[in-house]
Amino acid sequence: MPDKGVLELTVAEAAARIAATELSAAEYFSAWHEAALGDELNAYLFQVDHPAEHQTIDGPLGGIPVAVKDIFATEGSPTTAGSKILEGYIPPYTAAAVRKLDAAGARVLGKTNMDEFAMGSSNENSAYGPVLNPWDRTRVPGGSSGGSAAVVAGGLAPCALGTDTGGSIRQPAALCGIVGLKPTYGAISRYGMIAFASSLDQCGPLTRDVTDAALLLASLQGRDPCDSTSVGIEGGIVAPSRDDLQGLRFGVPRELARDQVDAGVREVFEATLKRIEELGGVITEVGLPNAEHGISAYYVIAPAEASSNLARYDGVRYGMRAGGDGDLLEMYETTRAEGFGDEVKRRIMLGTYALSSGYYEAYYGQAQKVRTRIAEDFRTAFGEVDFVVTPTSPSVAFGLGEKTDDPLSMYLNDFFTVPMSLAGIPAISLPAGLAAPEGGGPQLPVGFQIAAPAFAEQKLLEASFALEQAIGFDAKPGEGSGG
Amino acid sequence: MIDREQVLHVARLARLRLSDEEVEKMAGELSGILDHVDRIGNLDLEGVEPTSHVVALENVWRADEPRPSLPHDVALASAPEPEDGAFRVPSPQADA
Repeated sequence: MPDKGVLELTVAEAAARIAATELSAAEYFSAWHEAALGDELNAYLFQVDHPAEHQTIDGPLGGIPVAVKDIFATEGSPTTAGSKILEGYIPPYTAAAVRKLDAAGARVLGKTNMDEFAMGSSNENSAYGPVLNPWDRTRVPGGSSGGSAAVVAGGLAPCALGTDTGGSIRQPAALCGIVGLKPTYGAISRYGMIAFASSLDQCGPLTRDVTDAALLLASLQGRDPCDSTSVGIEGGIVAPSRDDLQGLRFGVPRELARDQVDAGVREVFEATLKRIEELGGVITEVGLPNAEHGISAYYVIAPAEASSNLARYDGVRYGMRAGGDGDLLEMYETTRAEGFGDEVKRRIMLGTYALSSGYYEAYYGQAQKVRTRIAEDFRTAFGEVDFVVTPTSPSVAFGLGEKTDDPLSMYLNDFFTVPMSLAGIPAISLPAGLAAPEGGGPQLPVGFQIAAPAFAEQKLLEASFALEQAIGFDAKPGEGSGG
Repeated sequence: MIDREQVLHVARLARLRLSDEEVEKMAGELSGILDHVDRIGNLDLEGVEPTSHVVALENVWRADEPRPSLPHDVALASAPEPEDGAFRVPSPQADA
């Protein structure tokens, strides 16, 4: 039996040992498989029995098990996107990102739970029940890649793949105390990633540390003929090694609504700014005057695109069908009424309304112009600074059920992550410390977000690596957090 | 504000059947969200180019060459009601 020790290795460490034949890929996989079977967080929707046999351990991720968000099509394995409407669906092909990992030697460990069609910030919108936060099982792990964040933080997978449309990798990474990277739009192919909002969706890694995030990104990025918006990252990605921040400028948005951030999160944020200065970095203020309109623009654009993308779930070609005894229209309407959950219906309604005759210009047209302004704000800011930094989320993990009755307050949770999505730029969330929730309770992780210009991932990872070493975040769920 | 009639109209466009209870709830929730979203309605954005896409790409070309596609039976494997190599659907007209 493999000792418990192998589960403590980072992906980079494990891959190096496997490549040097000091660790058996088969034993490593079965150790993780066993750990994954002990899932008490409802984080997995499906687990494989054994790794695909054809696989080689040659490659930078040789023998590394990876948990994949259930939004990626996987040939021969169930893929639900957290929705009842896709219950039992077995895709006939595999998503490009998963194929890339496979080609690098990684093997799928299972599919992770998520908010239905990636719509949510708490994972409570999954048709298969909420995921529990490994730090405190009465709290949410964040969303929509909540299952992917929980498996990495909870010791159920060494690394995971997620998707981010408005913060869905960064926010759950923050709430679970791990690293989450949303690459530049176009860095990684979206082929086979079930579409939510096509002009915003981008996949990325959720890992224990920055080095592992770089390792996964190196294999994931690249142009793919099946997604004409994918262009890849010029020069590729290598392991980061920088140990100072000398000469780098970090901009804190002047408009950052400090009063909307919980005191504990603010404290960790300020302490992290000090660390940056200790490493030789310079902190300055920058203006992002239009960022405050990000949520408004996002909650027009994303639902508008979703209402169009989700038109394909009509009970004809795949997924469930209901009301088949009536006429065609009745079948469509009944299938969608029974197959979609509340949040998905809400967004389809919102998007359909925003695109409907008489409202198109006032909502969709106006939101697209705000998007231009936000992208311009970042371009201007990056003329003055190398990075823009914010807290990832205004609070630590909130309680299950705390925000489910108020969709708007749930949406406002994405305040700091949405502007980067609209601008299409890369952003990472690093675990920066612990803080108690506003209402009291155990200490929980706080995320620090760093955003960089489009396709500046290598520079972003170098700075993140230096800062990560200085922060030295080593808290784990269940250690000193039990209260 | 969005009223009941508007909710029903949009639900028809979206091919969603909503229960009476859902219609009431949706009217209130959508009104609340739109109230927040309406803040951008007052911004002066005259002359600003809309952004539909963030990557500076024009057309992406490839050779127009036939390639293999999914086999027929594989494409139909997940259909709720395949029949004779096709997707079977109810009649578009109730009495047909």
